[in-house]
Amino acid sequence: MLKKRIIPCLDIKNGRTVKGVNFVSLTDAGDPVELAKAYVQQGADELVFLDITATIENRSTLIHLVEKIANEINIPFTVGGGINSVEDVFSLTQAGADKVSINSSAIKRPELISDIASRFGSQCVVVAVDTKKENTDWKVYTHGGRTPTKISTLDWVKKAEQLGAGEILLTSMNHDGTKSGFSLDITYEVAKTMNIPVIASGGAGTKEHFSDVFLTTKASAALAASVFHFNEIPIPELKRFLKTKNIPIR
Amino acid sequence: MIAIIKYNAGNIKSVQNALSRLGAESVVTDDHNTILNADKVIFPGVGEAGSAMVYLQERGMDILIKSITRPFLGICLGQQLMCSHSEEGNTNCLNIFDVKVRKFPPTDIVPHMGWNTIYDLKGEIFKNCVDHEDVYFLHSYYADLCMNTSATCTYILPFSAALQKDNFFATQFHPEKSADIGDQILKSFIEL
Repeated sequence: MLKKRIIPCLDIKNGRTVKGVNFVSLTDAGDPVELAKAYVQQGADELVFLDITATIENRSTLIHLVEKIANEINIPFTVGGGINSVEDVFSLTQAGADKVSINSSAIKRPELISDIASRFGSQCVVVAVDTKKENTDWKVYTHGGRTPTKISTLDWVKKAEQLGAGEILLTSMNHDGTKSGFSLDITYEVAKTMNIPVIASGGAGTKEHFSDVFLTTKASAALAASVFHFNEIPIPELKRFLKTKNIPIR
Repeated sequence: MIAIIKYNAGNIKSVQNALSRLGAESVVTDDHNTILNADKVIFPGVGEAGSAMVYLQERGMDILIKSITRPFLGICLGQQLMCSHSEEGNTNCLNIFDVKVRKFPPTDIVPHMGWNTIYDLKGEIFKNCVDHEDVYFLHSYYADLCMNTSATCTYILPFSAALQKDNFFATQFHPEKSADIGDQILKSFIEL
């Protein structure tokens, strides 16, 4: 049976992980490679690295880091942040990234999705969507959630799929950082609509939040950052818990 | 020395990284002599069947691959290209395995992406594996079950997760992305 995926997300700035990390086993918690290896050991199903500086000057640092990660880890990983062109994707996949995640640049220029899909395959393109509920409508935000758009979230994810997106990484800004649980309503709606995998993101605070999102929506994966970094929810414990809920887990 | 066949498909770097983690020397090459003289050959790939076959045929690599007598491992698109025919681009393939490659019916999410269970394992590359371990898949096309099936997986329907005939091995999943179990499978291949 196909398993639901648990995906830790690492924020990268100048080649180092940011947000505090509290792993006793790590000698250098700021080293993304060390942290990535620890997550693989714990049973993470995939990893996402998000370059939050994403400036041109830092590109070579990121490429070098991706090469090191690809050398060291034996599970799939996605790299995102500041990807604007097919050339960016080329250099990241050459360095060893399995997938890339695009967000603002895809909204600005939707054909970037089809350009990447036709060159590298749909499986390579993760379209990240930051969404926020305004009155009753879920709208798309860009630039790390700072810039509102008038685009409806459901319209955008459908368009992204048509253009060749291989996966949708859906982050609810209403829930991100709140530890009050994934946004079940929009995740349900998006996952129901799509024929490609949907990764739920934003709001994980307890093990029950993960079982809720898998039991009430068709999400294929759940992504979180701080609950894993601070070891508030150790991945092996989370996976054991989800198995007791009869959720298919590796 | 293991030759990794270079052609117009991706995912070659991660195979080379996996081999180097396991201490095996490899070279990415499309040189016929290097490939023929290698101890083992790996035929990886993420890509599209039709354009990959055209590329191989234009360079005489279709005939070369079939003539190899050393241990040979196709991965993902590599496995599909070793079958008789693929629905992807209605492509005649290498016909090492007499089995057709079809697109998954759209009754569930396609591609089949993520960790899934393999069972009914046969053959030397699975000698250190037990049934019902999870490995990483990423594909929209699958090979039917057949007499060469050496591992089975079920997604929408049962299909060949691995194939073997004589020196020709193939996996639909990605051993290079399948954590410890994937390393075990690659190690068993390296030690053949």
